[in-house]
Amino acid sequence: MLEIRDLHASVAGNEILRGITLSVDAGTVHAVMGPNGSGKSTLAQVLAGHPAYEVTGGTVMYNGEDLLAMAPEVRAQAGIFLAFQYPVEIPGVSNAYFLRAAYNELRRARGEEEIDPLRFADLMDEKMKLVEMDNSMLTRSVNTGFSGGEKKRNEILQMAVLEPKLAILDETDSGLDIDALRIVANGVNTLKKPANATIVVTHYQRLLNYIVPDFVHVLAGGRIVRSGGKDLALELEARGYDWLLEEAVA
Amino acid sequence: MIEPYLRSFEAFSANGGAAAPAWTRSLRLAAITRFETLGFPTTHNEDWHFTSVAPIVESTFSPLTHESGSVTAAQLTPFAFAEADWRTLVFVNGRYNASLSGGGELPDGVRVLPLAQAYDELPILLEAYMGKVASFDAHTFTALNTAFINDGAVVHVQQDIELARPIHLFFVSDAASAKRTAQPRNLIVIDRHAKATIVESYVGIGDSAYLTNAVTEAVVGEGATLTHLKLQQESASAYHVGTLDVRQARGSHLYSFSFATGGALSRTNIYTELRGEGGGATLNGLYLGNGAQLIDHQTRIEHVEPNCYSRELYKGILDGAAHGVFNGKVFVHPAAQKTDGKQTNNTLLLSERAQIDTKPQLEIFADDVKCTHGATVGRLDETALFYMKSRGINARTARELLTYAFAADVLETIDLDEVRHGLEAATLRRYTERT
Repeated sequence: MLEIRDLHASVAGNEILRGITLSVDAGTVHAVMGPNGSGKSTLAQVLAGHPAYEVTGGTVMYNGEDLLAMAPEVRAQAGIFLAFQYPVEIPGVSNAYFLRAAYNELRRARGEEEIDPLRFADLMDEKMKLVEMDNSMLTRSVNTGFSGGEKKRNEILQMAVLEPKLAILDETDSGLDIDALRIVANGVNTLKKPANATIVVTHYQRLLNYIVPDFVHVLAGGRIVRSGGKDLALELEARGYDWLLEEAVA
Repeated sequence: MIEPYLRSFEAFSANGGAAAPAWTRSLRLAAITRFETLGFPTTHNEDWHFTSVAPIVESTFSPLTHESGSVTAAQLTPFAFAEADWRTLVFVNGRYNASLSGGGELPDGVRVLPLAQAYDELPILLEAYMGKVASFDAHTFTALNTAFINDGAVVHVQQDIELARPIHLFFVSDAASAKRTAQPRNLIVIDRHAKATIVESYVGIGDSAYLTNAVTEAVVGEGATLTHLKLQQESASAYHVGTLDVRQARGSHLYSFSFATGGALSRTNIYTELRGEGGGATLNGLYLGNGAQLIDHQTRIEHVEPNCYSRELYKGILDGAAHGVFNGKVFVHPAAQKTDGKQTNNTLLLSERAQIDTKPQLEIFADDVKCTHGATVGRLDETALFYMKSRGINARTARELLTYAFAADVLETIDLDEVRHGLEAATLRRYTERT
């Protein structure tokens, strides 16, 4: 589904990604871990097409197409979804309007008819239950005045509505208490399908107790320094990142 | 050129103004004398530094003192709030039009009258307040308006009455207004513990160049609440100067919203004086400009007494070569301890040629106050644009939605559903292709 080869990227002239190679198949969950500044959030942003990051080398193929040539909205229409580490507040646009606009854009891109507000409301009722949100969240402006936990749940709600093929969760666990973490993880697990893939970017192993990865990759200095199964995450939890960094340097 | 106005005044005194009570004659005479002394402001005048009124000065507008125009009810529909059965006074080219006016019943103790009728039925109220709130000492346009007091609306809400529905004062100009000036003069008196919402609309039908020079005086009694929504949608070639001057008693509240989108050149003045303890004023507004429009707002909040709040949020979206001006003054008098003031002006520029001059000003003469002010000028938030695009929303729709959202943020503060929904829909249409 996703083939990343020797990906280099920089922001404001500083190279952050220094040659990432990673292959993600449908039906798998990949965890990308690493210390602060290792480049894991940059990888997530580059895959979503954030304009602040400049790709300076390498290729990313998504279902056989050149992902890097696509505009961010085209990537989303092709099924890529990034759950933001810091969801953006948009005062003045209601959550319901925003979600319906996005949902209809995706439908149009697939050549389907737009959904009317009533049928959309039914769909929302179903999706809201998944993330245990109540209807008042729909009339509020997107993320405006939301608590940290509400913002993260709102990201998962968007994911539930947009049903991506490739979901990238960027530090979705940061700042969440245990209840919110459980709700978010439950949402992600419910949405998992054999045809879809998930990349979980996280600093801590905690989230991986709830979203169990098939592969774990450790990023350091803009490169993957170790890949393994889910046991690698447990080892990192027990031993920290330092031993890996030392090995990588050595 | 002030001479044509002085000559018009001579003629007006002899005819149109002759029927009014004696006190108005001395008021008008004092006003025209002041107008003659002040002349039209130049950009050397601090209050008009960013706005040249040369286009108004150079093309003389003669006063419209007689009924004119041929406006139909259907032409008003796009600017009215159709679902609402509101008591409405319609003025065509500055003169009261009885056949277009009407609407909902008013409870006892509420009077909504055209000025001529109010002279007969509310003589004491008029003499007590008219010309007493809106000072013309330093305001040329208010002096000019006062000199030509002839028509307008008078609203009186007696003690303890809470009006459930708003009152609509509707000023419309059509082709017959070309090269003429209408100078409506309104008075709103809300007695103690009463509550009312007044919608004041200024609209142009067609594209004639006229000058509206309106003054509204409002007196808000002890513990009373006035909501005043001013909607300025004059014709694209029109000139508009509109002043709301409010005097607030102890524990009273004012919510004012100014929506300004019409006119070649418009200037809206919103002034209030907090003359008693424990009251407050919220002055919000939205200006939307395009082409070569100039849209100017000046606000002034006088904190005279202690323990009052003031909140101000003005937002603007300027496209083309539009020019916006915001000059907000907050004066805190020496006695006004514990004043809590916040003032914000945010403008979104959609083109390279659009410009804004913003000048929030605080003058504080008390030592125990909490006052902040700030202004931002910017373009659309790139982070928010990316966020929307990352959800599949195309770049153009994302820009349109964010532009609308910038405006919706302040429109949300309007409590009156019909007006809020109407302005939201109009703004959404303006900035998006689809509704």
